[in-house]
Amino acid sequence: MPTKPAGTLYRGREGMWSWVGHRVTGVVIFFFLLVHVLDTSLVRVSPEAYTSVIGAYKNPIMGLGEAGLVAAIVFHAFNGLRIILVDFWKSGPKYQRQLLWGVLGLWVITMVPFLIRHLSIVFSAIPGGH
Amino acid sequence: MATPTISAPRSGGINYNRNKRSGSSFEMIAWLFMRLSGVVLVVLIFGHLFVNLMAGDGIHAIDFGFVAGKWASPFWQVWDLLMLWLAMLHGTNGVRTIINDYAERNATRMTLKTVLYIATVVIVVLGTLVIFTFDPCPAGAVTDLPSFCPAK
Ligand code: HEM
Repeated sequence: MPTKPAGTLYRGREGMWSWVGHRVTGVVIFFFLLVHVLDTSLVRVSPEAYTSVIGAYKNPIMGLGEAGLVAAIVFHAFNGLRIILVDFWKSGPKYQRQLLWGVLGLWVITMVPFLIRHLSIVFSAIPGGH
Repeated sequence: MATPTISAPRSGGINYNRNKRSGSSFEMIAWLFMRLSGVVLVVLIFGHLFVNLMAGDGIHAIDFGFVAGKWASPFWQVWDLLMLWLAMLHGTNGVRTIINDYAERNATRMTLKTVLYIATVVIVVLGTLVIFTFDPCPAGAVTDLPSFCPAK
Protein backbone atom coordinates (compact mmCIF):
# COMPACT_ATOMS: atom_id res chain seq x y z
CA MET A 1 0.00 0.00 0.00
CA PRO A 2 1.58 3.30 -1.00
CA THR A 3 1.34 5.80 1.78
CA LYS A 4 -0.32 9.09 1.09
CA PRO A 5 1.81 12.23 1.18
CA ALA A 6 1.53 14.22 4.40
CA GLY A 7 -1.48 16.48 4.58
CA THR A 8 -1.16 19.62 2.55
CA LEU A 9 -3.35 22.63 2.90
CA TYR A 10 -5.45 22.44 -0.21
CA ARG A 11 -5.08 18.88 -1.48
CA GLY A 12 -7.36 16.09 -0.25
CA ARG A 13 -9.73 15.87 2.66
CA GLU A 14 -11.32 18.90 4.33
CA GLY A 15 -8.93 21.40 2.77
CA MET A 16 -9.81 20.39 -0.77
CA TRP A 17 -13.54 19.97 -0.27
CA SER A 18 -13.84 23.36 1.40
CA TRP A 19 -11.98 24.81 -1.60
CA VAL A 20 -14.42 23.10 -4.00
CA GLY A 21 -17.36 24.41 -1.96
CA HIS A 22 -15.92 27.90 -1.89
CA ARG A 23 -15.37 27.92 -5.66
CA VAL A 24 -18.83 26.55 -6.52
CA THR A 25 -20.65 28.92 -4.14
CA GLY A 26 -18.59 31.88 -5.44
CA VAL A 27 -19.65 31.26 -9.05
CA VAL A 28 -23.29 30.64 -8.12
CA ILE A 29 -23.44 33.88 -6.11
CA PHE A 30 -21.82 35.80 -8.97
CA PHE A 31 -24.39 34.69 -11.54
CA PHE A 32 -27.21 35.37 -9.12
CA LEU A 33 -25.83 38.87 -8.55
CA LEU A 34 -25.93 39.66 -12.29
CA VAL A 35 -29.63 38.73 -12.42
CA HIS A 36 -30.35 40.45 -9.10
CA VAL A 37 -29.01 43.81 -10.33
CA LEU A 38 -31.07 43.42 -13.52
CA ASP A 39 -34.34 42.72 -11.69
CA THR A 40 -33.73 45.54 -9.18
CA SER A 41 -33.10 47.90 -12.12
CA LEU A 42 -36.78 47.52 -13.01
CA VAL A 43 -37.52 50.16 -10.36
CA ARG A 44 -36.30 52.64 -13.00
CA VAL A 45 -38.79 51.28 -15.54
CA SER A 46 -41.93 51.65 -13.44
CA PRO A 47 -43.29 50.68 -10.03
CA GLU A 48 -45.62 48.21 -11.75
CA ALA A 49 -42.79 46.49 -13.66
CA TYR A 50 -40.75 46.01 -10.50
CA THR A 51 -43.58 44.92 -8.27
CA SER A 52 -44.94 42.45 -10.82
CA VAL A 53 -41.58 40.77 -11.48
CA ILE A 54 -40.80 40.57 -7.76
CA GLY A 55 -44.35 39.30 -7.25
CA ALA A 56 -43.58 36.47 -9.68
CA TYR A 57 -40.76 35.41 -7.34
CA LYS A 58 -43.14 35.10 -4.41
CA ASN A 59 -43.90 31.41 -4.57
CA PRO A 60 -42.62 28.38 -2.61
CA ILE A 61 -40.26 27.22 -5.38
CA MET A 62 -38.45 30.56 -5.51
CA GLY A 63 -38.60 30.66 -1.71
CA LEU A 64 -36.65 27.40 -1.57
CA GLY A 65 -34.23 28.77 -4.17
CA GLU A 66 -33.67 31.84 -1.99
CA ALA A 67 -33.00 29.59 0.99
CA GLY A 68 -30.39 27.67 -1.04
CA LEU A 69 -28.80 30.90 -2.17
CA VAL A 70 -28.56 32.23 1.39
CA ALA A 71 -27.06 28.89 2.45
CA ALA A 72 -24.40 29.28 -0.28
CA ILE A 73 -23.63 32.89 0.69
CA VAL A 74 -23.37 32.10 4.40
CA PHE A 75 -20.98 29.21 3.68
CA HIS A 76 -18.86 31.34 1.32
CA ALA A 77 -18.76 34.20 3.82
CA PHE A 78 -17.68 32.12 6.84
CA ASN A 79 -15.28 29.99 4.82
CA GLY A 80 -13.87 33.20 3.29
CA LEU A 81 -13.11 34.43 6.81
CA ARG A 82 -11.46 31.05 7.45
CA ILE A 83 -9.25 31.49 4.35
CA ILE A 84 -8.27 34.94 5.62
CA LEU A 85 -7.36 33.47 9.03
CA VAL A 86 -5.31 30.71 7.37
CA ASP A 87 -3.44 33.37 5.39
CA PHE A 88 -2.88 36.02 8.06
CA TRP A 89 -3.06 34.35 11.48
CA LYS A 90 0.18 32.62 12.37
CA SER A 91 -1.53 29.48 13.69
CA GLY A 92 -4.12 29.55 10.91
CA PRO A 93 -2.57 26.84 8.71
CA LYS A 94 -2.15 24.55 11.72
CA TYR A 95 -5.80 24.83 12.70
CA GLN A 96 -7.31 25.04 9.22
CA ARG A 97 -9.24 21.80 9.77
CA GLN A 98 -10.66 22.88 13.13
CA LEU A 99 -11.51 26.23 11.56
CA LEU A 100 -13.57 24.39 8.94
CA TRP A 101 -15.61 22.72 11.68
CA GLY A 102 -16.05 26.19 13.15
CA VAL A 103 -17.31 27.40 9.76
CA LEU A 104 -19.81 24.54 9.51
CA GLY A 105 -20.94 25.12 13.10
CA LEU A 106 -21.52 28.83 12.51
CA TRP A 107 -23.27 27.96 9.25
CA VAL A 108 -25.79 25.76 11.12
CA ILE A 109 -26.23 28.37 13.87
CA THR A 110 -26.97 31.03 11.24
CA MET A 111 -29.10 28.90 8.93
CA VAL A 112 -31.48 27.43 11.52
CA PRO A 113 -33.04 30.72 12.66
CA PHE A 114 -32.91 32.06 9.12
CA LEU A 115 -34.74 29.04 7.69
CA ILE A 116 -37.38 29.09 10.41
CA ARG A 117 -38.09 32.76 9.73
CA HIS A 118 -37.80 32.73 5.93
CA LEU A 119 -39.65 29.48 5.25
CA SER A 120 -42.49 30.39 7.60
CA ILE A 121 -42.89 33.64 5.64
CA VAL A 122 -42.68 31.82 2.29
CA PHE A 123 -45.15 29.08 3.20
CA SER A 124 -47.65 31.35 4.91
CA ALA A 125 -48.28 32.94 1.51
CA ILE A 126 -51.05 35.47 1.60
CA PRO A 127 -52.99 34.63 -1.59
CA GLY A 128 -52.20 37.12 -4.31
CA GLY A 129 -50.76 39.57 -1.85
CA HIS A 130 -47.46 40.69 -0.51
CA MET B 1 28.51 7.20 14.05
CA ALA B 2 29.52 10.72 13.42
CA THR B 3 26.81 13.29 13.50
CA PRO B 4 26.65 15.01 10.13
CA THR B 5 27.34 18.65 10.44
CA ILE B 6 25.09 20.94 8.53
CA SER B 7 26.57 24.27 7.70
CA ALA B 8 24.60 27.39 8.30
CA PRO B 9 22.62 28.67 5.32
CA ARG B 10 24.57 31.13 3.28
CA SER B 11 22.18 33.99 3.45
CA GLY B 12 23.28 37.15 1.79
CA GLY B 13 25.56 37.35 -1.19
CA ILE B 14 23.28 35.12 -3.25
CA ASN B 15 20.66 36.74 -5.39
CA TYR B 16 17.64 34.52 -5.49
CA ASN B 17 15.14 35.51 -8.11
CA ARG B 18 12.33 35.43 -5.61
CA ASN B 19 13.88 38.25 -3.63
CA LYS B 20 13.32 40.65 -6.45
CA ARG B 21 9.96 42.02 -7.32
CA SER B 22 9.60 41.27 -10.97
CA GLY B 23 6.97 42.72 -13.22
CA SER B 24 3.70 44.13 -11.99
CA SER B 25 2.21 43.63 -8.56
CA PHE B 26 -1.32 43.31 -9.98
CA GLU B 27 -1.82 39.71 -8.83
CA MET B 28 -0.68 40.54 -5.31
CA ILE B 29 -3.03 43.50 -5.12
CA ALA B 30 -5.88 41.35 -6.47
CA TRP B 31 -5.12 38.72 -3.82
CA LEU B 32 -5.19 41.35 -1.09
CA PHE B 33 -8.35 42.91 -2.50
CA MET B 34 -10.17 39.54 -2.30
CA ARG B 35 -9.47 39.44 1.42
CA LEU B 36 -10.18 43.08 2.25
CA SER B 37 -13.39 43.20 0.20
CA GLY B 38 -14.40 39.85 1.72
CA VAL B 39 -14.33 41.22 5.26
CA VAL B 40 -16.38 44.30 4.30
CA LEU B 41 -18.82 42.20 2.27
CA VAL B 42 -19.64 40.01 5.26
CA VAL B 43 -21.03 43.09 7.05
CA LEU B 44 -22.76 44.56 3.98
CA ILE B 45 -24.35 41.31 2.78
CA PHE B 46 -25.44 40.02 6.20
CA GLY B 47 -27.01 43.43 6.93
CA HIS B 48 -28.71 43.40 3.52
CA LEU B 49 -30.13 39.90 4.01
CA PHE B 50 -31.28 40.64 7.52
CA VAL B 51 -33.13 43.84 6.67
CA ASN B 52 -34.69 42.50 3.46
CA LEU B 53 -35.52 38.91 4.40
CA MET B 54 -35.87 38.70 8.16
CA ALA B 55 -36.95 42.05 9.59
CA GLY B 56 -40.53 43.30 9.28
CA ASP B 57 -42.66 41.13 7.01
CA GLY B 58 -39.63 39.52 5.39
CA ILE B 59 -39.67 38.88 1.69
CA HIS B 60 -43.44 39.45 1.47
CA ALA B 61 -42.82 43.14 2.11
CA ILE B 62 -40.64 43.65 -0.95
CA ASP B 63 -42.23 45.77 -3.65
CA PHE B 64 -41.55 49.13 -5.27
CA GLY B 65 -42.52 51.01 -2.14
CA PHE B 66 -40.05 48.99 -0.04
CA VAL B 67 -37.13 49.80 -2.34
CA ALA B 68 -38.21 53.45 -2.62
CA GLY B 69 -38.40 53.72 1.14
CA LYS B 70 -34.87 52.39 1.54
CA TRP B 71 -33.28 54.53 -1.17
CA ALA B 72 -34.93 57.66 0.19
CA SER B 73 -32.13 57.47 2.73
CA PRO B 74 -28.52 58.24 1.73
CA PHE B 75 -27.46 55.60 4.25
CA TRP B 76 -28.95 52.75 2.20
CA GLN B 77 -27.86 54.36 -1.07
CA VAL B 78 -24.23 54.31 0.07
CA TRP B 79 -24.62 50.84 1.58
CA ASP B 80 -26.01 49.39 -1.64
CA LEU B 81 -23.53 51.24 -3.84
CA LEU B 82 -20.58 49.93 -1.84
CA MET B 83 -22.05 46.43 -1.85
CA LEU B 84 -22.60 46.57 -5.64
CA TRP B 85 -19.04 47.66 -6.43
CA LEU B 86 -17.25 45.43 -3.93
CA ALA B 87 -19.30 42.31 -4.74
CA MET B 88 -18.97 42.81 -8.50
CA LEU B 89 -15.21 43.43 -8.39
CA HIS B 90 -14.68 40.56 -5.93
CA GLY B 91 -16.87 38.20 -7.95
CA THR B 92 -15.32 39.25 -11.27
CA ASN B 93 -11.82 38.72 -9.96
CA GLY B 94 -12.84 35.33 -8.55
CA VAL B 95 -14.36 34.23 -11.86
CA ARG B 96 -11.25 35.55 -13.68
CA THR B 97 -9.14 33.22 -11.53
CA ILE B 98 -11.42 30.30 -12.33
CA ILE B 99 -11.28 31.02 -16.09
CA ASN B 100 -7.47 31.17 -15.88
CA ASP B 101 -7.49 27.81 -14.08
CA TYR B 102 -9.68 25.86 -16.47
CA ALA B 103 -9.64 27.49 -19.92
CA GLU B 104 -6.41 26.18 -21.39
CA ARG B 105 -6.60 27.49 -24.94
CA ASN B 106 -5.49 31.10 -25.28
CA ALA B 107 -8.43 32.01 -27.49
CA THR B 108 -10.97 30.44 -25.12
CA ARG B 109 -9.49 32.24 -22.15
CA MET B 110 -9.47 35.59 -23.93
CA THR B 111 -13.05 35.18 -25.12
CA LEU B 112 -14.40 34.18 -21.73
CA LYS B 113 -12.62 37.02 -19.96
CA THR B 114 -13.81 39.55 -22.53
CA VAL B 115 -17.41 38.43 -21.98
CA LEU B 116 -16.84 38.57 -18.20
CA TYR B 117 -15.46 42.12 -18.26
CA ILE B 118 -18.23 43.39 -20.52
CA ALA B 119 -20.86 41.89 -18.21
CA THR B 120 -19.14 43.45 -15.19
CA VAL B 121 -19.01 46.94 -16.69
CA VAL B 122 -22.64 46.77 -17.84
CA ILE B 123 -23.91 45.61 -14.43
CA VAL B 124 -21.81 48.03 -12.37
CA VAL B 125 -22.74 51.04 -14.54
CA LEU B 126 -26.42 50.05 -14.67
CA GLY B 127 -26.62 49.43 -10.92
CA THR B 128 -24.87 52.71 -10.10
CA LEU B 129 -27.16 54.70 -12.39
CA VAL B 130 -30.23 53.06 -10.89
CA ILE B 131 -29.20 53.94 -7.33
CA PHE B 132 -28.44 57.58 -8.22
CA THR B 133 -31.17 58.42 -10.73
CA PHE B 134 -33.89 56.70 -8.78
CA ASP B 135 -37.13 58.63 -8.25
CA PRO B 136 -39.25 57.21 -5.40
CA CYS B 137 -42.38 59.05 -6.62
CA PRO B 138 -42.31 58.85 -10.42
CA ALA B 139 -44.83 61.11 -12.19
CA GLY B 140 -47.90 59.28 -13.43
CA ALA B 141 -47.34 56.23 -11.24
CA VAL B 142 -50.19 55.27 -8.95
CA THR B 143 -49.61 51.84 -7.44
CA ASP B 144 -47.17 50.67 -4.78
CA LEU B 145 -45.79 54.14 -4.05
CA PRO B 146 -44.17 54.68 -0.66
CA SER B 147 -46.39 56.47 1.83
CA PHE B 148 -44.34 59.69 1.79
CA CYS B 149 -45.15 60.47 -1.88
CA PRO B 150 -47.60 63.37 -2.31
CA ALA B 151 -51.05 62.05 -3.19
CA LYS B 152 -51.66 62.36 -6.91
C1 HEM C 1 -19.76 37.50 2.07
C2 HEM C 1 -18.51 37.85 2.12
C3 HEM C 1 -17.43 37.21 1.27
C4 HEM C 1 -16.22 36.79 1.75
C5 HEM C 1 -15.71 36.85 3.20
C6 HEM C 1 -15.48 36.26 0.63
C7 HEM C 1 -14.18 35.80 0.71
C8 HEM C 1 -13.48 35.24 -0.34
C9 HEM C 1 -12.11 34.83 -0.29
C10 HEM C 1 -11.17 34.99 0.92
C11 HEM C 1 -11.80 34.30 -1.50
C12 HEM C 1 -10.50 33.62 -1.87
C13 HEM C 1 -9.67 34.42 -2.83
C14 HEM C 1 -8.39 33.70 -3.15
O1 HEM C 1 -8.32 32.47 -3.03
O2 HEM C 1 -7.44 34.40 -3.50
C15 HEM C 1 -12.98 34.36 -2.33
C16 HEM C 1 -13.08 33.89 -3.61
C17 HEM C 1 -14.17 34.05 -4.42
N1 HEM C 1 -15.33 34.75 -4.12
FE1 HEM C 1 -15.78 35.53 -2.32
N2 HEM C 1 -16.25 36.34 -0.50
C18 HEM C 1 -17.45 36.95 -0.17
C19 HEM C 1 -18.49 37.27 -1.03
C20 HEM C 1 -18.52 36.93 -2.38
C21 HEM C 1 -19.56 37.34 -3.33
C22 HEM C 1 -20.76 38.22 -2.99
C23 HEM C 1 -19.23 36.78 -4.53
C24 HEM C 1 -19.97 36.87 -5.86
C25 HEM C 1 -20.36 37.99 -6.38
C26 HEM C 1 -18.02 36.03 -4.36
C27 HEM C 1 -17.38 35.32 -5.36
C28 HEM C 1 -16.16 34.71 -5.23
C29 HEM C 1 -15.51 33.94 -6.27
C30 HEM C 1 -16.08 33.64 -7.66
C31 HEM C 1 -14.27 33.53 -5.76
C32 HEM C 1 -13.20 32.69 -6.47
C33 HEM C 1 -13.18 31.28 -5.96
C34 HEM C 1 -11.96 30.52 -6.39
O3 HEM C 1 -11.02 31.10 -6.94
O4 HEM C 1 -11.95 29.32 -6.14
N3 HEM C 1 -17.60 36.14 -3.05
N4 HEM C 1 -14.00 34.95 -1.60
